[in-house]
Amino acid sequence: MTSPAATLQDPGDQSAPDYGHLLRPGLDVSHKAILYLEDITVSFDGFRALNKLTLTIDAGELRCVIGPNGAGKTTMMDVITGKTRPDSGTAYFGQTIDLTRLTEPEIAHAGIGRKFQKPTVFERHSVFENLELAMKADKRVRRTLSARLGAEDRDRIAATLERVGLATGAGRPAGLLSHGQKQWLEIGMLLMQEPQLLLLDEPVAGMTDAETERTAELFASLAGSHSLIVVEHDMDFVARIARTVTVLHEGSVLAEGPMDTVQSDPRVVEVYLGR
Amino acid sequence: MSRVLSLYPPRAWAAIAAAALIVAVAVPLANIAVPGASVFHLSDYWVTLAGKIMCFAMVAIAMDLIWGYTGILSLGHGLFFALGGYALGMYLMRSIGIEGVYKSELPDFMVFLDWKAYPWYWNFTDHFWYCALLAVAVPALLAFVFGYFAFRSRIKGVYFSIITQALTYAFMLLFFRNDTGFGGNNGFTDFKRILDFPIATPGTRMALFVATGLALIGCLLLARAIVVSKLGRVLTAIRDAESRVMFFGYNPLWYKLFVWTLSAAMAGLAGALYVPQVGIINPSEMSPANSIEIAIWVAVGGRGTLVGAILGAILVNGAKSWFTQAFPEYWLFFLGALFIAVTLFLPNGVIGLLDRVRNRAEA
Repeated sequence: MTSPAATLQDPGDQSAPDYGHLLRPGLDVSHKAILYLEDITVSFDGFRALNKLTLTIDAGELRCVIGPNGAGKTTMMDVITGKTRPDSGTAYFGQTIDLTRLTEPEIAHAGIGRKFQKPTVFERHSVFENLELAMKADKRVRRTLSARLGAEDRDRIAATLERVGLATGAGRPAGLLSHGQKQWLEIGMLLMQEPQLLLLDEPVAGMTDAETERTAELFASLAGSHSLIVVEHDMDFVARIARTVTVLHEGSVLAEGPMDTVQSDPRVVEVYLGR
Repeated sequence: MSRVLSLYPPRAWAAIAAAALIVAVAVPLANIAVPGASVFHLSDYWVTLAGKIMCFAMVAIAMDLIWGYTGILSLGHGLFFALGGYALGMYLMRSIGIEGVYKSELPDFMVFLDWKAYPWYWNFTDHFWYCALLAVAVPALLAFVFGYFAFRSRIKGVYFSIITQALTYAFMLLFFRNDTGFGGNNGFTDFKRILDFPIATPGTRMALFVATGLALIGCLLLARAIVVSKLGRVLTAIRDAESRVMFFGYNPLWYKLFVWTLSAAMAGLAGALYVPQVGIINPSEMSPANSIEIAIWVAVGGRGTLVGAILGAILVNGAKSWFTQAFPEYWLFFLGALFIAVTLFLPNGVIGLLDRVRNRAEA
């Protein structure tokens, strides 16, 4: 697996076309945005799951994506993480990383972490081991065979355990955690990868009110240092955390803006309440 | 995982050291130095049986790595075992020299086919270490190539198992053919010597036994080192939630390929140690039923424990050697019943049962 950065052109390369600034290896957010989706179309057997979807996420932003069932929210996540290839359109991570040309592991490595709807932690591994496996490291076979946890790694795992509220009982098998705790553990696992962009699919589904409250605090603390895309049905939760809300409908963006503006948009009201 | 770690407390290291001493010192003394009339004498029958079972135990460890830890059920490990056996068998055939029935430089089966010279793939097989290398490298290479395409195509579960069955069956048919150049139906037998030592003397037999015992312990230590490493945790993570592992940036292909290839090499080594001890290798070793039996050993002992694999190999093969003498026609029925019983009542095998008993005793 080659690092996506390695495939980029060398800044000193004279044959590099002039884009106005030099191409740097790694994630380039010099134009403020961390994710660009432009005219993305995905069809399944004639059904257009995404229809010329265009979306831009800024670095450090916390964006909520809402929309009725079948609006294309999950398909959008699949395109960003490389699980689904778009039929047409472009998807860029930063200025330089073309997501449509990378495999799933490469995209994960480039700095995009995804949390699925259903919490999937490694149930038979301990909470600590779950974080260890997720930790940003050389993930090739030989390095993994000889990998030893250094003091720094242990500190990072401890800090993440603290952050997601699982510091006690880190030695327990993850399968014994409650539903909400599993969700947090999974977020913790994502954080161990040091992603720049986090995709969270219905993170508070099935959580108690107290757990939802804690999760909102966690997300607020993450925004700024990370960019987050949260897909959620729970409108109270969205209203509490969102600065900008994007409404998807039939595979494209219907409305975008602050929560109260979006909520009063007649088209949004029609999609959610009408028909 | 912590359960696995708990299987290797200091006491376990002491047990491994004790096993090494028994294999390398106690058994040779009891077999050779103790006179035949003494109660402490160990007969040749037991030594040969134990040597054979230790070879099977190595295959069981190989199987546990790929099945118990990585969740990939191979029903073709008998093929890797047999290929290892054939590789060393080539050397053993060359060592017969001109003492065969036809007094020819060539093995009897080649004379019978009216061949005038060794085919190219028999080149250098008169060197022991070359064949020893082949015994590990050929199964590993086959596994690597086969595994690369199978894992890259994301073939898993029962589909993978069925393909491995088909693979070993195809090789069995290939090796049954006389013109494949491996003795056809009869395979290789009538070995005379190994490394210039006559093969049937007590000394040679004991040397093979000790080598097998130490190789078994080596395989156990190697497998243990792998499963307690971070790589081992990735393997079990692949078993439990492969897509999740991918999202963390691991490419399961290379992990599966690593453990699959290693497992095949280990099975090949076991086969190479098996053949000089039993004195024969033929294509029936590649029969699908043999490979299924390997899976049963591991299931009986307990998957994902390593020691369980060894225990299962000993229990099932011990039972088999007694059963096939006492009630030869019922062995397969017994084996089938055993498999069903273990699946229904002992999902974690004998080791799981021992764990449960211990937990109850502590409670």
